[in-house]
Amino acid sequence: MIDTSHHPADMGAGEDGPAKEYLAFTLGREEYGIDILRVQELRGYEPVTRIANAPDFIKGVVNLRGTIIPIVDLRIKFRLGEPTYDQFTVVVVLNIAGRVMGIVVDSVSDVTTLTPEQVKPAPEMGTSFDSDYLIGLGTLKERMLILVDIDKLMSSQEMGLIEKIAA
Amino acid sequence: MTIDMSQFYQVFFDEADELLAEMEKLLLALDVSSPDSEDLNAIFRAAHSIKGGAATFGFTDITEVTHMLESLLDRIRKGEMALTGEHVDAFLVSKDILTMLMAGHHHASSVDQAAVDSVCERLRALSQGLVAGMPASGAPAVTGAAAEPVKPEPKPVADADGNFRFRIELPDVPQRDVDALAAELGLLGTISQETLADKRVAFTLVTSEGLDNIVAICSFVLDPDDLRITCDAVASVKSDPVMDNDLGYGLFEPLNSGAVPVQDPPAPAAAPSPVQAPATETKNYGRRATDKEGASQESSSIRVGIEKVDQLINLVGELVITQAMIEQRINSLDPIVHERLLNGVGQLTRNTRDLQEAVMSIRMMPMDYVFSRFPRMVRDLAGKLGKKVEFVTRGAATELDKGLIERIVDPLTHLVRNSVDHGIEMPDKRAASGKNETGKLTLSAAHQGGNIVIEVTDDGGGLDRDRILTKARQQGLSVSDSMPDNEVWQLIFAPGFSTAEVVTDVSGRGVGMDVVKRNIAAMGGTVEIRSMTGIGTTISISLPLTLAILDGMSIKVGEEVYILPLGYVIESLQPAASDVKDIAGEGQVIKIRGEYLPLIPLYQIFAIEPTYKDPSQGIVVILEADGKKAALMVDSLVGQQQVVVKNLESNFRKVAGISGATILGDGGVSLILDVSALLRSSRQLNMDALTF
Repeated sequence: MIDTSHHPADMGAGEDGPAKEYLAFTLGREEYGIDILRVQELRGYEPVTRIANAPDFIKGVVNLRGTIIPIVDLRIKFRLGEPTYDQFTVVVVLNIAGRVMGIVVDSVSDVTTLTPEQVKPAPEMGTSFDSDYLIGLGTLKERMLILVDIDKLMSSQEMGLIEKIAA
Repeated sequence: MTIDMSQFYQVFFDEADELLAEMEKLLLALDVSSPDSEDLNAIFRAAHSIKGGAATFGFTDITEVTHMLESLLDRIRKGEMALTGEHVDAFLVSKDILTMLMAGHHHASSVDQAAVDSVCERLRALSQGLVAGMPASGAPAVTGAAAEPVKPEPKPVADADGNFRFRIELPDVPQRDVDALAAELGLLGTISQETLADKRVAFTLVTSEGLDNIVAICSFVLDPDDLRITCDAVASVKSDPVMDNDLGYGLFEPLNSGAVPVQDPPAPAAAPSPVQAPATETKNYGRRATDKEGASQESSSIRVGIEKVDQLINLVGELVITQAMIEQRINSLDPIVHERLLNGVGQLTRNTRDLQEAVMSIRMMPMDYVFSRFPRMVRDLAGKLGKKVEFVTRGAATELDKGLIERIVDPLTHLVRNSVDHGIEMPDKRAASGKNETGKLTLSAAHQGGNIVIEVTDDGGGLDRDRILTKARQQGLSVSDSMPDNEVWQLIFAPGFSTAEVVTDVSGRGVGMDVVKRNIAAMGGTVEIRSMTGIGTTISISLPLTLAILDGMSIKVGEEVYILPLGYVIESLQPAASDVKDIAGEGQVIKIRGEYLPLIPLYQIFAIEPTYKDPSQGIVVILEADGKKAALMVDSLVGQQQVVVKNLESNFRKVAGISGATILGDGGVSLILDVSALLRSSRQLNMDALTF
């Protein structure tokens, strides 16, 4: 059932642990998954306050119950699909290392459980993401989830969300 | 005019108590065979902080013990010496000794000098590696003997006739006044005089007169507020043990009963006889009364966890937002129909404002509280080092959160010491390099948007780039010659980094900057260094005021609403087209009452599509920051309101030109403009001699 002829040992974060749960969402036509433990809540999209001179994928900041959080549109960042904002647009609020931030996605489908065997190493190319930020590809019957190392991605220099702390 | 340092003693004692408790906890948890270097560092830092504080207040005995403790710890920490059980014992004993010394200064209880000497001796012996020289049974014996007198036993102090015994500690006054007072007070009863460690004089007076009379007499000569009078209630010798237990909270074991003659000098500095530090030599005075005094002080204030106050302030912040929201909504109501509602809301507004002020005032204190500690320290330090230093403070009235004020003391102490020790050069060297012999050390504080910026500036030699790089290489840090200056300066914050050649009592261990950085980072602040060889160094601490509430003016550009802190706003006006002049390639200036001010079009800086591009159609707001003025061009003014400053950096990053954010009445977010940054960027030139 599961093709293990590839090198399972090469998997990005392929620890032989228990199954992990991933939140599946779509960006354009691709389906992605992130570690459910990083997700704080899901919200609808509401108007943001623009940040001057910020890159276009940083939509701005919003008020999340008294806390100001940045909102990032991954569709713009990775040029996936048309960024439209309607009542179906979802903001996934993440909590990464104590920092709260929101990412805009096209839709959220479900939470899936993947065992380490179901996660295969990501190919060198073929996705819009730099493979550094990928954990691997999760296979689930007919579906394929691109598993994103959301910690690494959101705290990366490229996103510019977190200032590099001087050593 | 002398500064009354006693107002700060309590803070020092509280801090030192916490540090000592922490130190003991760490020591007890220490695994002797394989100590955790982080724990050793923490113990070391605790000792270092106590030393710093003690030196500030001139408690030389505490400084001495901690210095020795620190020397030994430093060697262990650096792996030059293996940690043994004996070390830990010695450290614990020194901790007890420090507690005793602290109590000596705090409650004027007695100090067993012999035990102090024996501990110093022991620490010295240990740090010289003479452990083997100690008799095997010696260590525990010392421990016992030294630890015992740490707890000062309350004594019966009144004599059988029912006289009171007062202990009067005078502030620093001329000898003439002391003599005059002694003569006057001598008329009331038997008086004896002693000199305290810090050269002040204390009387012990046995009299049947009341406290009021004594104060009245003293007030001829000095301010009664500067006096510390402790009074022992009448106590008969017979009821002694019971009383002792009661008043000592059962903690104190009455070792020697019987009244001690009042005339006894305090704890004579006995020759060191380490092994039998005799408990019988302990002299105790006035402990009981000070305990009482302490208790009454405590009842007039309560110690509340800072998180409770924070919660309160947050809630009030939310209340302010809600109130602003309600106020916005009712503006559309008919004032005649809803008169009573409007009155009620008006009252709510006033109450909210009062409440907010009251809550904020719980935490706010002027920086003077910190700054006024330093002149003395700088003076002493400069004297010790043979340097001439002029000490200047600016912005002492700047208010800062109490929690932050207390935590900024240690880092600032380190920085000021460093500046005097390493920064400012010796007078002859200064003269040789064409500078004034007297160095200038400036301590300043100012609010900048949601931050308070505290700067320690000296006009000394500046940091030595080459030496820092060399030292960094020696310590195995990865550095390169092409590193930019500010990265090089940051190296001095690495643990154990010091470029000083000699480890002195003042500084040079390289522990200071490490602690500074840690402490400030823990407060959510940043430290920046600007330095130029031969000109000086500025260390700038920026602390976020996450809880501050400020008066803001909301302005609109295009669709965006920004908040301008009202403190920077001078006026706003619509200029006549003829007052706006172009300067080729430099933008525009605007003529206001004969003065030409640079025009900052906000829409250009923030790349917004504005409603108006012509200043004579929009509104210009005249701003002033850091002594510079400029005209900010916006589309329109929206209104004035109080806003709760929220930190943008807690979940995001610093944004140029923005100092924070706030939540508006409608739940939306509005950004607060960083006026100083806007003005700086508009000028793009720094005339300030000390800006590097």
